[in-house]
Amino acid sequence: MVNTLYTIAAMIGLAALLLAFVRMIIGPGAANRVVALDVMTIVSISLIVFLSAHFGRGIYLDIALVYSLIAFVGVVAMARYLERGL
Amino acid sequence: MITVFIVVLSLVMIAAAVLAVQQKSLLSAVLLAGVISLLASILYLVLAAPDVAMTEAAIGSGLTTIVFLFALNKIRKQGKHD
Amino acid sequence: MELAGAIVTLLGSLFLFLGALGLFRMPDIYNRMQAGTKATTMGTLLFIAGLAMGFHETIGASKVIIIILFVIFTNPLSSHALARAAHKAGIPLAKETVKDDLAADEENEEGAMKGTQEGEEL
Repeated sequence: MVNTLYTIAAMIGLAALLLAFVRMIIGPGAANRVVALDVMTIVSISLIVFLSAHFGRGIYLDIALVYSLIAFVGVVAMARYLERGL
Repeated sequence: MITVFIVVLSLVMIAAAVLAVQQKSLLSAVLLAGVISLLASILYLVLAAPDVAMTEAAIGSGLTTIVFLFALNKIRKQGKHD
Repeated sequence: MELAGAIVTLLGSLFLFLGALGLFRMPDIYNRMQAGTKATTMGTLLFIAGLAMGFHETIGASKVIIIILFVIFTNPLSSHALARAAHKAGIPLAKETVKDDLAADEENEEGAMKGTQEGEEL
């Protein structure tokens, strides 16, 4: 019962990743793709925490921690690039 | 259920790679390369290699994107001078 | 405790899905950014907190709290920088937009920079 609920939650998260990737495909211009990449990174952090809980290894959480820092730096760099001048 | 993860992430990775090659705009191609690196990191995590996944996250998704953006910025400045 | 964690996780995944749906259906980059940041921040918070409630003996709660703090601090900040950059790069707004305060502010600043002395003192 509980495991079924967790599985359903993970599948809905995977569907959210796919929907954000559809915006990545059709998005007109690079700015829409930057927004889609941001959303995909945030959803991936959730999925990494889910995989860490599913495998029962606490050390996998470090990757989610690294990603939550890397996503911030990358999006700010892309914003500076769009603003004409890195 | 882990099989569903692997299949979906691999298919999205292949689609992102094909789109990154066919893209006209260079910034969009760099972003799609970032998507490939992100999904590869999750796949390494599924395959029980957390150190490789962390390296892929830090280098493939962070450093490579920023270095590509610096290079594109230099190209744009040079094109403005000439 | 496990059932409560599963329900909170399911709620968070619904928030994540609705955020991605808003990213897919909204007409404009600013609306997309608003849907894709606020709902996704809330969804990630609920998803991770529910997992920490359900699996607290295997993955621990301290790192999860650190991840939640990072997401809360960095996600609105990067979205704000991106929205400002998109507005400065001249990406057009949707047709249904009725008010654009940032453009009015930038015009006011440019008018004040040109050296008119009768600006409002604040």
